[in-house]
Amino acid sequence: MRDVAVVAFAQTVHTGHDAGQNEAEMLRPVLDEVRRASGLGSFGFTCSGSCDYLAGAPFSFVSALDALGAWPPISESHVEMDGAFALYEAWVRLQHGDVDSALVYGFGKSSMTDVREVMTLQLDPYYLAPLGLDQVSFAALQASAARSRGSGADRAALDEIVRRSRADGRANPYALDLPDPSGEEDEVGPLRPYDVAPPTDGAAAVVLAAGDLARELAERPAWITGIAHRIEPHYLGMRDLSRSVSAADAARAAGVGKGPVDVAELHTQFSHEEPILREALGLPDGTVVNPSGGPLAANPIMVTGLIRVGEAARRILDGSANRAVAHATSGPCLQHNLVAVLEAVETR
Amino acid sequence: MPSEDLAATHVLEFPGGYTRTTGPVIGRFLTELRDRRLVGVRTAGGRVLVPPLEYDPDTGEPVTDEYVEVGPAGTVESWAWVSSPRPGHPLDRPFAWALIRLDGADTALVHAVDAGDPKAVQPGMRVRPRWRAETSGHITDIACFQPEVTRIVAPVRAEYRVTPGKALTRFLEGVRDGVFLGGRCPRCVKVYVPYRISCPSCGTLIDEEVQVADTGTITTFAINNLPDPRAPQVPFVSAYILLDGADTPMIALVGDVPAQEVRQGMRVRAVWAPPEERTLSMDNVRWFAPTGEPDADPSELEGGA
Repeated sequence: MRDVAVVAFAQTVHTGHDAGQNEAEMLRPVLDEVRRASGLGSFGFTCSGSCDYLAGAPFSFVSALDALGAWPPISESHVEMDGAFALYEAWVRLQHGDVDSALVYGFGKSSMTDVREVMTLQLDPYYLAPLGLDQVSFAALQASAARSRGSGADRAALDEIVRRSRADGRANPYALDLPDPSGEEDEVGPLRPYDVAPPTDGAAAVVLAAGDLARELAERPAWITGIAHRIEPHYLGMRDLSRSVSAADAARAAGVGKGPVDVAELHTQFSHEEPILREALGLPDGTVVNPSGGPLAANPIMVTGLIRVGEAARRILDGSANRAVAHATSGPCLQHNLVAVLEAVETR
Repeated sequence: MPSEDLAATHVLEFPGGYTRTTGPVIGRFLTELRDRRLVGVRTAGGRVLVPPLEYDPDTGEPVTDEYVEVGPAGTVESWAWVSSPRPGHPLDRPFAWALIRLDGADTALVHAVDAGDPKAVQPGMRVRPRWRAETSGHITDIACFQPEVTRIVAPVRAEYRVTPGKALTRFLEGVRDGVFLGGRCPRCVKVYVPYRISCPSCGTLIDEEVQVADTGTITTFAINNLPDPRAPQVPFVSAYILLDGADTPMIALVGDVPAQEVRQGMRVRAVWAPPEERTLSMDNVRWFAPTGEPDADPSELEGGA
């Protein structure tokens, strides 16, 4: 395995509304910023994550290349997933050994549609999508299952998670300014409106570099000492929704438990996912979870997972943490989970 | 900044819907569904998957060709309550999404439960499908699930003609005239209010009528939070009142005082209806109101509850 590190990370100041920019316009400043931070003008590989269903147009991600400049031709790829999974592809690409740097980015505008309904389109088209099962509804089924098992998803615990996340978000210049949670009405019981991550527009970019190039570009590269993703069955009734077996498997494969975890950035689009993921990742009590505010304070869809990697890496790069964990997810009810371990010290 | 108003509506749609082939396994399930039957498919390991999948999610092995009829009843394993249904939802009134383990299945089916009230849904609740009038081989051939019948509401009503009897009629005549009448037992020497013709303790005939005061002392009381046609307001207080000169308490309402201030030993007086409104009825006494006198010592009261 080659040692690969995050050497630069940038994100937009995310908004809860359409700020008047198209995707390429939103993306351009963060690409400039990581180029500046890394000192690299071109990259051995480029990979992005986005979702055509957000804009409702096929191959909409191609136009984002305008923000990048693809001439002379570049080596490029795209995943119809969160940018964290594009980062995984770039990490794999760097293992080939013929290129040393990769640019990874993700972008998403929730403001163009109702994401809650669009998420129904990702469901199995025979058994689930025709029921009109929306995103908050299937998440509420998981929250209910977690609560029944006593997985730390009771109302007081969820309220505290949202309160903490929003307070941290207010301290994060890139996240939304959301008030402390209030109101007792359920959205879809047991979830309340504030348990749901806010619709957000935003973009982010990460630069990966291998071996000596990473050491050259950053004083304290955030070495990816472990990265893995695992998926489980799609149909909700075939799984125990109260726990995340795939996240636990990915965490084991990434080696989360091999050392202390200073910080964990988790892709929690609903408050009840935090206790489920804490348990699955085996995070010790001392681990600080989502100090950026996490997705409950800013959820630019298709970017949120990549931001988790970026925020975890940032704390290694700036010296405030030595070992951090990033998590990203895809699919309904935490179906697919990616876990990365980032460290100040190379393990090999 | 570009104008925020410069926006257009864009619709992504397959007019008439998107045609998909089902394959043999899902097709079998939907075909049976059209005939209002629910089937699962057995895996090589012996589990019954409902709804059927082509591959065992545990092993990735193809499932067997054995289909097993399941349900139609099932058990709710987990549920989420939708208080405000969205346009795409299967019901237009509040309902529960649920994971339902159909009888005979080893996995749970996701569907809607028309339960009416979130308090009516419990894990372990038994439900059955409500079929659409026309079925077409679609998951929505089941309009929703509904709870099994566990209770019915039976109407009960009978009418009677009641009369007060001689003793109570005499007492009500007194109430019409603004006085409370009791009867003294010649043997026990106790005064019973309301007036009665024989002693409830010793059975001796009572022939001495005694007029008692319309003031008395509360011996015990209850605060009622359910509305009652006779009560002035909710909460209202009903109390045992030992009228001065009586040996047994009479039950009556207490008013003109906040419920939380009513206490044992409190001195009260009857609030009478104006003479021109009086009838042969206890309605003549609106309620008892505090007199403002010092409390009596409850331990010295006789005839308490």
